[in-house]
This record gives sequence, C-alpha cells and structure tokens, in this order.
Amino acid sequence: MPLQGEYLGMSVAIPDLDRPNQEFYTHCGQGVLHLQSCVKCTLLRYPTTTACPWCAESEYVWTPVSGKGTLYSYGEVHHAIQPAFQQFTPYLILLVELDEQRDRPNRFDGLRINGNLADASGEMAKPEIVATVGIGSRLRVVFKSIGDGMAIPLWTLDTDVKQEAPWRYSDN
Amino acid sequence: MTAVRQPYPFQHNTPLVFWLVWERGDLMNAEIDATSEKFLRGKYAIVGVGETPYTRGSGTTTRALGTYAVRRAIEDAGLGMDDIDGMLSYSGNDSIPSTAVAGDLGIRLNFYMDVMGGGSSTEALIGIAMGVIEAGMCKTVVIFRSMNGYSQIRIGGTGRGSGASSLSGDGLFGRAYGQSSAAQAFAQTFMRHMYDYGTTPEQIAHVKAIHSEHASNNPKAYYKHRVTVDDVLSSRMIVKPLHLLDCCVETDNATAIVVTRMDRARDCKHIPATILSVVGRCCKPRIDNHYQAGPISTVAGHYAKEILWPNAGVGPDDIDLTGSYDAFTFTTMLQLEDYGFCEKGDGGEYVSSGIMRLGGARPNNTSGGHLCEGYTHGMNMVIENVRQLRGEIDDSCPVDANGKRQHTYDYSSGGCRQVRDPEITANLGWAMPGTGSALVMAKGER
Repeated sequence: MPLQGEYLGMSVAIPDLDRPNQEFYTHCGQGVLHLQSCVKCTLLRYPTTTACPWCAESEYVWTPVSGKGTLYSYGEVHHAIQPAFQQFTPYLILLVELDEQRDRPNRFDGLRINGNLADASGEMAKPEIVATVGIGSRLRVVFKSIGDGMAIPLWTLDTDVKQEAPWRYSDN
Repeated sequence: MTAVRQPYPFQHNTPLVFWLVWERGDLMNAEIDATSEKFLRGKYAIVGVGETPYTRGSGTTTRALGTYAVRRAIEDAGLGMDDIDGMLSYSGNDSIPSTAVAGDLGIRLNFYMDVMGGGSSTEALIGIAMGVIEAGMCKTVVIFRSMNGYSQIRIGGTGRGSGASSLSGDGLFGRAYGQSSAAQAFAQTFMRHMYDYGTTPEQIAHVKAIHSEHASNNPKAYYKHRVTVDDVLSSRMIVKPLHLLDCCVETDNATAIVVTRMDRARDCKHIPATILSVVGRCCKPRIDNHYQAGPISTVAGHYAKEILWPNAGVGPDDIDLTGSYDAFTFTTMLQLEDYGFCEKGDGGEYVSSGIMRLGGARPNNTSGGHLCEGYTHGMNMVIENVRQLRGEIDDSCPVDANGKRQHTYDYSSGGCRQVRDPEITANLGWAMPGTGSALVMAKGER
C-alpha cells in the first residue's frame, strides 16, 4: 500500500515502489532518525539513495543516528513561493551537519541534512527564535507526524547544551 | 565569529605551466600546453547569432519565438535555410521542440535533439554540436532556447501552483521544507561562502550595479536603468542572503546560435568566433546532493577549469572579457573565483574591484546579463561575447555609410559597450552549485 499523509496542507504520497523512502519516514514516525548504512563500506548516507555513493553497493541496513548536529549553513526565506509556507516567513531552510561521519569519507564531506527550524513540538519556529539561530548553532532532530505512521524530521535548538553565539548574516 | 579560510594554493598570477589541483587532499598537476592542439581546439566556430526582443509578454508562442531567433541566427551567419542540417534545443518542459521550428522554416534535418536542461546547457550543446559534426552526422548545427519565462512558465515557480502536487521522492527532502525555487536551493551555498571567507553583501551587490551599467548601454536590455550598490542592499529580502536585486529578471525571449566547422566558417558573413575549448555540465561529487561534498562554497567550476584551460591553451590571465552566469549576483562571483580569476575566497574583492566594469581590465556580462538584459538560461551571454569578438556590439554608437558601427568607447549611460579589441573570451555557465559549463572563444581563425 502507498503511504499517504499530509504536512502543512501539502499531501504526501510515497508509493510502494519507493521502499527506501517509505522506510525512512516510518522510522521517523517511530521517533528515531535512521540513515541507510552501506553493508560493504558501512558509510551512512543522506538522503535515501539506491546505491552507496562511495562504493556503489546497493544493499544497506537502516542505522539509528544521534539526531544531533551543528548548523552548517542556511537560507532565511522572506518571500515564500509555496502557499503552505507564506504564513511562516521568515523561515529557515537549514543544512544541519550531523555529529556522525564528519570529514568522512573525504575531507569536507559530512552528513548534511535539510530541514526547517521548529520548536520542540515540531511546529515551525516563531520569528523571535529564527533570529537566534545561525551557523554553529547546536540542533537536535524533532518529528512532526504526517499520518500513516510517518513523521517528517525537523530541527530545534538543543537546550541540553550551552549555545555559543552563532554566525548570522549581517547586511552591513 | 572566526572566518574559516580553507588552504588553497592557487594564485591569481600562477604561471600557466603548472596549476595545482587542490581537492580533497589530492594534489596533481594540470599542465597547460599552449603549443599542441588539444581535441578540437580552433577547429569549430560560432558563425551566427540571433534573438527576439527581451520582453514580459511576448504575445506569441515559444514556437514563433524560436522560429524567429533561429532564422535570425542563420541569416546573421550569411547562410540559407538549406545550409542547416542539425538542430539542438534545451528546455524544462517549457518550450517547443526542434521539429516544429525546423518544419516551420523548411529545414530538412540530418540530426536533431531536444534535451532537458536549463542554465549551462548552451555551452554543453555547443560541445555536442561539435561532436556530431565531427562524427559526420551533419554539417552545421543551430542551437536554440525559446521560453516565455515571464508570461507562461516562470522558473522560480511563482504562478505555477507550487505545492499542488503530492510530496514524494526528492520533493520530500526539498519542497517539504519550503525549498523549491533556485534562490531557496542555492542560499545555503551563498551563505556559507560569506561564513568561510568573510564575503559581504555590499561586495556582491557590485555585480548587479556593474551589470546595470552595462545594460544602460544595451538598447535590447529589459532593465536599462542603472542601480547602485545601495539600491541592491535596500531592496526587499527574498531569501537571505539574496535581496530582490541580487536575483535575475524573468523575461520572454528566444535566442539562437549557429555552430560549424572552420572550413565552412571561413565562408560565413562575419569573422568567426573560434572555439578554443568547451566544457559541458561538469559536476561536483554527489551531484544529486552536492552539499554532501564540501566545501559547499566551492562550485563545479573548480573541476571544470581543469578541462577548460588546458584544452584552450590559455588561462584566466589571457581572457579579455567574461560571461559569468548571473542568475544571482553570487553566481557570478563563485564561478569567477573557482575558474581561477582570483584566489579562492577573494571573489567578493574581485567583483567589487571595478575589474568587471566596461573600461575595466576584464569586463563581465557586457550585455547586462540575466540580471538586466533578460533570462535565457545562458545563451544571451554567449551571443554577447560573439558580437564582442567581432567588434560589432549592437549599442547606440553611430553607424557609418557602410553600415559599420563607429564605437566611441564612451561607457557612460546610453553610450558604447564595445570592449576595445577583445581577442579571447570565457563564458562560465551555471546550472546550480554542483553543475557548470564553460566556453573559451577567440577572434577569428587561430
């Protein structure tokens, strides 16, 4: 059966043929971020792919990861294109570098994951929180249920650690 | 904050002989050999160029636009419809195929192909044209791009009913996070460059200001008014770090060029724009998700330059003017930097130094480019450099009794935009941070 859900008024439909994405979002629905790990070279990868980008092996196992990382870069959207996002401006499109696999398999490589800034319950972050996040911010994954046992991963400030002042865009 | 400067051994004044390839811990030598012919260096040329007006509201179909531009390019070459037997086009499901245009013009084709692609396709298709002619499949190829990029299908997705279709596949990792337009997709790369190298919004805004100066001398340009750095910085924010004026214009237009072998190019109407080297859709690793392969502030030009310069037999210092793609101001800067026009990290300084202005040492996008002239996914920048090499830029300078334009080299608003005696140009095409193409052309047969 295709998995079907809805997020911010957008419909989600992952067909049976796309097993890797069905599994990725079902793991999220169970509350733990999992990534594909190559059975041959063991490297993790994101997003889901049909083979290992480093050794071309197609077999993989799902492996839980910490879901913690550092903001590597971001864009701050003031002019939303998609109707679903117009109520949330300014919103952040994050590129979060997970703590796992930094500089592997090559220098400057890493597990960098797209997502939005959210609050601890997975709702899109309010502007006053958006204004505090920048490159270097410590983030942790949160999940927002989208139906059919699936959830979408989002990111929130990690309140368990002391945050250093992040780097933020400045117009001067 | 502390800017993290990546070690990068490349110098602006590095001798041509050895350019160090620095990537991912590996060092290798890429030698530029200017004495022997590499691949098809000097054997092919662009002999004809043509375009429609750049408008918002063409009032006609992409078929009619494409037909008009193709006919103009063939006539510009001094050729007849019967001289063309190959056709290439590119689009993103927003255009008309070669068969329609060729049919309308009565051209019988020995070869055609319509490929999926946007920015950086122009240079790639020039390479394909050379290849199919070399293979004996046809003799002369016309390449076109036709789009109603404002009145029908807008690249940014505005007005296309974004979000209407279900999220699945790759959409789950992008569109689900409000990341659908090019500005939203590239912002992370641009922002990281500011972080890595201390690049400032003010430096980058010079790209728009300079291109607007050029456009003010281009009667064809959609935006002809000059803007200042302050105008850019005070325009509304689209996606940090991109203000409205950091983003290109959306227009309706078609553009076309004619590629043929040198033995035929000699008989065409204009001095040929001889192709020294071409790179097509060269990629960073992990092209599906280029941001996995860092540093993300390095773009595809870093790889493309290792093909471009050795094959051309010239390097950045030999280039008289550039056509660095300007879908966004940052795009121009990133490519100039990664193709080696300045040291890695000094792109902000380069684009704000004045070198890119008409009258500067190496002007960029003298037509005003995508930021001002019009959006054609790169082909108008190649057309501009072909005309520059001919010395026949279509500005407002007076035309003499023989129909020859008498260039004044007065670059003030409304004036000349012909560069003095350019010999070699470089076009740097951009699809996205992970994919780029490039083209080096020279004036006349080499």
